[in-house]
Amino acid sequence: MRRFISIVVACLSCHAWAADADYHLTPLAVADGVYAFVGEQADFNPSNGGNIVNTGFIVGTEGVIVIDTGPSRQYGEQMRAAIARITPKPIALVINTHHHPDHFLGNQAFADTPIGALAGTRKGITTEGDAFAENLFRLTGSWMSGTELKAPDQILQAGPLKAGGRSLILLAMKGHTDADLAVFDADSATLFAGDLVFNLRAPTTPHAHLEHWKDTLRALDAFMTTQRVRVLVPGHGPIARNAAPIAWTRDWLTWLDTSLREAAADGLDMNETLTRPLPEVYRNIPVAGAEYRRSVGHLFPAAEAGALQPNN
Amino acid sequence: MIKLTSALACALLLANITPLPTQAAERPSDPLASPRWGDMEKGILSGATYVFDARVKVEAPDTAENPLNVPITIDATGLSDVKEILVFADFNPILEILRFYPDAAPAYLGFRVKLQQSTPVRAAVRTGDGVWHIGGTLVNTVGGGCTAPSMGATSPEWQKRLNEVTTRTWNEGPMSGRLRMRIIHPMDTGLIPGIPPFHIESVVLSDEAGRPLARLEVSQPVSENPVFTLNRGSTTGTLNARGRDNNGNTFNVRIPQ
Repeated sequence: MRRFISIVVACLSCHAWAADADYHLTPLAVADGVYAFVGEQADFNPSNGGNIVNTGFIVGTEGVIVIDTGPSRQYGEQMRAAIARITPKPIALVINTHHHPDHFLGNQAFADTPIGALAGTRKGITTEGDAFAENLFRLTGSWMSGTELKAPDQILQAGPLKAGGRSLILLAMKGHTDADLAVFDADSATLFAGDLVFNLRAPTTPHAHLEHWKDTLRALDAFMTTQRVRVLVPGHGPIARNAAPIAWTRDWLTWLDTSLREAAADGLDMNETLTRPLPEVYRNIPVAGAEYRRSVGHLFPAAEAGALQPNN
Repeated sequence: MIKLTSALACALLLANITPLPTQAAERPSDPLASPRWGDMEKGILSGATYVFDARVKVEAPDTAENPLNVPITIDATGLSDVKEILVFADFNPILEILRFYPDAAPAYLGFRVKLQQSTPVRAAVRTGDGVWHIGGTLVNTVGGGCTAPSMGATSPEWQKRLNEVTTRTWNEGPMSGRLRMRIIHPMDTGLIPGIPPFHIESVVLSDEAGRPLARLEVSQPVSENPVFTLNRGSTTGTLNARGRDNNGNTFNVRIPQ
């Protein structure tokens, strides 16, 4: 059966099959001992192999902390090889910030190391991970070959965490999903925000709760000030040295929320809401149109239900 | 993995089938070039007279991000004397989606549907002379990134609120005459093992005097918690909406103007 599946996958994606499945991962030094791999600002497709995400690692005195593992087994393996070119130290801990596929499907490459996540993230990976992987197979093709679910084996809690000889603060939050982890490296004042923060790239909302998300962004903004955060690594989009990406994400979510409620109150149905033009400010933002349309699918039914009234 | 295999096999099948040539000169050729059109012609239209007609507008996104909730808008207001609108999808396991009888209402309807795979979605509109006018659009159901739906993730909300109806009407501005109605219902297709078909079967809208404004015969592919968008046309005053599902559960509500 497995053999049949690989043949089918190969046929479907001959163009990608022939190409080398090399993500060309180059670690970008963002602070002392802190590196990020910055993904493309695009949708999942057969030419990027799902590399649309920012991942990273922190080199401690005793070992390395890996933050998210990318969209496929091959990404994970290539990430691990790229880390080994920077440091010979062992991987002390892998962290999955949340349960979306571009953040954990590289876990297989780290099967011999502890993989930690919030309890809700582990649950999401276990219940929805296979469906995500199937979807990524369809969207990216052979880049995904050999990718199988590897769930986190450690549950992380909010608060300080010593790993690899490095002092971290874990922030357990929600809004982008029901369980979102932000990781703060105290020594370098770097905050890995996961997908709680997008920068100049339209946020994704398949499991979003907009009110929770906006509350979380307020808390992150305050954290940036109190901890004097110097580097902010968003889940998608360019790395920043200020809190601007937090405001950017908040502004998008506020616009999205207001816009969907207004559409529902005006009597628009989903097709009419889908074809509304984006505001000027978002027209040149990567994948803004596609993410807006997806968000209408995710969030408009609730906005619409809120606009209708009971009868008797 | 089984699910993946069958999804891929279907994709392969679709990719490899070339549209059949038009069989006979008098047969209109399908503008959507669907290999299933011959079956639709026989099974759905039962050999009745039909024409492909651009005045029947079927609107849907080219790519449906969530195949469980694909918005469809049917607008046949360019035709006169519309008696019945039959909506179907060539490649759905249950072909028929709904029948809409716009008795005293404009031939306009919005709703959402569950699609199993990429497919034409069509509206066959029967006018008073007995001719079916066919319009349609192709919907691609390849999902978007994190948007893989979970078939089992339906909300338990319906157990407490089955057949609860919420509505709203718009009486001025660009949406004047519009009526939107949402009914809480799981709309189970019966295709998932262990879950029998359980769906709304009929909805009747009538005016204060009891004259029908519009009627719907609803099948399983209509999305969970259906939302219908209609236009009340020149009918004023309070409306009545009543309906039932295939298990005999009913609703009956008044909709103030």
